[in-house]
Amino acid sequence: MRRILFEKTGNGIWISHLDLMRILQRAFRRSGILLKHTQGFNPHAFVSLALPLSVGTASRCELLDFELAESEAAVDTSSLPERLNAALPDGIHCVLGYDGGRKLKELTHLQVEVRLEYDQGVPAGAVDAIDSLFHGETLVVEKRSKNGPVEQDILPMIQELIVSQEDGNTVLLSAVICAQNPSLNPDLLAKAVSTHLPDLAPDFAKSMRIEMLTQDGTPFR
Amino acid sequence: MTTLLERILPTVQKPARYVGGEYNQIVKDKAQVDVRVAFCFPDTYEIGMSNLGMRILYGVMNNQPDVWCERVFAPWGDMEEQMRKHNLPLWALESHDPVKDFDLIAFTVGYEMSYANILNMLNLAQVPLHAADRHDLKNIVFAGGACMYNPEPLADFIDFFSLGEGEDSTVEILDLYRKAKAEHWTKDQFLLEVSKIEGMYVPSFYEHTYNEDGTLKAITPKNGAPKTVTKRIVHDLDHAYYPTKDIVPSTEIVHDRTNLEVFRGCIRGCRFCQAGFTYRPLRPRSVEVLTRQAKEALEDSGNHEITLSSLSTSDYKQLEELANDLLDYCAPRKINLSLPSLRADNFSRELMEKVQKVRKSGLTFAPEAGTQRLRDAINKNVTEEEVLETCATAFEGGWSSVKLYFMLGLPTETDEDVLGIADLVYKILKTWREKATNRKRGCRISVATAYFVPKPFTPFQWEAQISPEEYTRRQRLLKEHMPAKSVDYKWHESSLSRLEAVLARGDRRLGAVLEHAVLHGAKLDGWDEYFRYDLWLDAFQACGIDPDFYTRERSEDELLPWDTIDVGVRKQFLQKERKAAYASTITPDCRTQCTGCGANLLYPEGPCDA
Ligand code: SF4
Repeated sequence: MRRILFEKTGNGIWISHLDLMRILQRAFRRSGILLKHTQGFNPHAFVSLALPLSVGTASRCELLDFELAESEAAVDTSSLPERLNAALPDGIHCVLGYDGGRKLKELTHLQVEVRLEYDQGVPAGAVDAIDSLFHGETLVVEKRSKNGPVEQDILPMIQELIVSQEDGNTVLLSAVICAQNPSLNPDLLAKAVSTHLPDLAPDFAKSMRIEMLTQDGTPFR
Repeated sequence: MTTLLERILPTVQKPARYVGGEYNQIVKDKAQVDVRVAFCFPDTYEIGMSNLGMRILYGVMNNQPDVWCERVFAPWGDMEEQMRKHNLPLWALESHDPVKDFDLIAFTVGYEMSYANILNMLNLAQVPLHAADRHDLKNIVFAGGACMYNPEPLADFIDFFSLGEGEDSTVEILDLYRKAKAEHWTKDQFLLEVSKIEGMYVPSFYEHTYNEDGTLKAITPKNGAPKTVTKRIVHDLDHAYYPTKDIVPSTEIVHDRTNLEVFRGCIRGCRFCQAGFTYRPLRPRSVEVLTRQAKEALEDSGNHEITLSSLSTSDYKQLEELANDLLDYCAPRKINLSLPSLRADNFSRELMEKVQKVRKSGLTFAPEAGTQRLRDAINKNVTEEEVLETCATAFEGGWSSVKLYFMLGLPTETDEDVLGIADLVYKILKTWREKATNRKRGCRISVATAYFVPKPFTPFQWEAQISPEEYTRRQRLLKEHMPAKSVDYKWHESSLSRLEAVLARGDRRLGAVLEHAVLHGAKLDGWDEYFRYDLWLDAFQACGIDPDFYTRERSEDELLPWDTIDVGVRKQFLQKERKAAYASTITPDCRTQCTGCGANLLYPEGPCDA
């Protein structure tokens, strides 16, 4: 198994998971690198993306696992990011390529940033109020699920959260949250603010994945 | 802080189609270019990005170093709602700049049902709809494309039409505009000079007057405009621009594959088919050029699929050779070669087997009519025997699904012809029972019938469209007689084809109807989700226009709204073909014998189909 670490930013954040799979496969083709395929009439390439990212969320830490065709055995994985970047659309950018890597189940946490935008300027006292909200006993947020909306206490899934004011219009939430089993959608952090502090509901909020972490807090690779 | 667009995007479906940024999109420095073109496709991104014509002209325009051509598509309804709510004007994908800031606004128009989108897009761009209300050299709106040979319904809104193939003429338009801008011409001055370029039709230079019965009385050219405007063609296809460094969409589109255009024109001359006449004369590309273009385009795009897209691909003389060359390249790379619109009459088993090696696809036939008599009348050279033989071969080879396309309401059609469709389907089922080697999945036949729309520049341009009631009666008659089991029968609703028939042979008085309909919400008429016939009926009524006036039979000496336009094929030829239709007489295809349609006069280097 080979692995590539890539970023999804700018225009790239609007690309869906399925479309991204196709884009990456095509980028291999365009770069003249043959992926390993299943046999049969409808061959599939051996590619998979860890932890699907929701449309509209940026990320600096996406992982693609893949295998190359036997004819490509000599290809050095560390040379792939440069070759692929020339073949990728705006906003999808490979950073690192390597062989092997840790098992996906060791990826337990994500470091994320959520920006709360206030068009009329950050209201006075917002940082403190939001900080207390995330450091209380419980924090129940309504979450969409297959069986309709469910109420969920999100605090157990937040390992760490720092609130700060980034500029005159933006409050930054910098958090470490659970990545899988269960996972927390970072958009729910902004939703918690809108739900429990309606006066501090931002005009817009956007999230970004910063780093994948293992149980002991080191970067997952 | 985020932009308004970024805030809207999370609320709409498929946001990727609104931001550009795809591989191979062309970005230039706006400070360094002289002319900016907003190239609009009047339908969604998924449809527009599947259009080869748009991709060609995008490349042609951007090959001019001082021109930056960007793409614009019609937004889906959810996006339109947000744009109107937040007063966000329509933008171009590459720069995200508003369309109203561009020098030229170009539309490529492929079908009548996108006319409403043209107006709606101008409206969303906050550009005045009427050409007469746009006074400056900025925001000159022009249009071209396969559906612009009767542009009259759009005459009020478009400053000029570029008729025919645009590879050469678009460059001439840009050259003229560049000069006009540098020399600060007025819009009138520019239009006057544009009208001198071959193939350019400036509708405001023609006055249309009417008789009391509503028919056209006279078309009077003004400002020295020519009496007829002749469409442009590319003379040497082998040297014409073909995009091999083409935009690769980041999101799924309708035809997500490399399109190879093997020739322009069609040797067949089916009497109902507008493209069959307006694309003449016949000009093929050579196998060498096609193979080279295919490899370059596939290598650059990373596409998994390539298709040969021309009117009747299987008539390409060196099809075997081309298919073999392409398969040699595609098969080891697991690239799927699809050969659509193969005709029953020359679909060789050998070729089918080769294609099958890469991937199995279905069989498609378009007999268009149910009996040989009617097929002869429309000059559709497909016989029942050939359909059944091809099916037998295919069933023996393991295929089990067949798609069939027909039309109802063709001139001279009787109930016997309608029932002939069901009869043909029975015979195909019987063939399957006798020949099928792969019985596991059963035989699947899908049948679709369309409501015939008479089109300008065809031998049927004078014919009436049958009434919606009569169409519905014939469609039900067929439904009753169709073998129900294993046949999936789909038919078109009458209202859409009725509207198409009105617009196809419309005159410039329909401009008011278009405007009324669009301002009351008509848009995306090609989509079931949005098509609202009631809006159109209201518009006809509000404007005092009877749609039936446009679907009636025309007399052969009536002045037609599109008589200003010359597509090469002469009117006398169309009249002769119409008579042949009434006599159910076949006209030989252009390869067997040139029957003198007149299109070769556009092509002095000829002959056709060489
Ligand atoms: S000039 Fe003759 S060969 Fe050419 S398109 Fe017309 S009929 Fe066909």
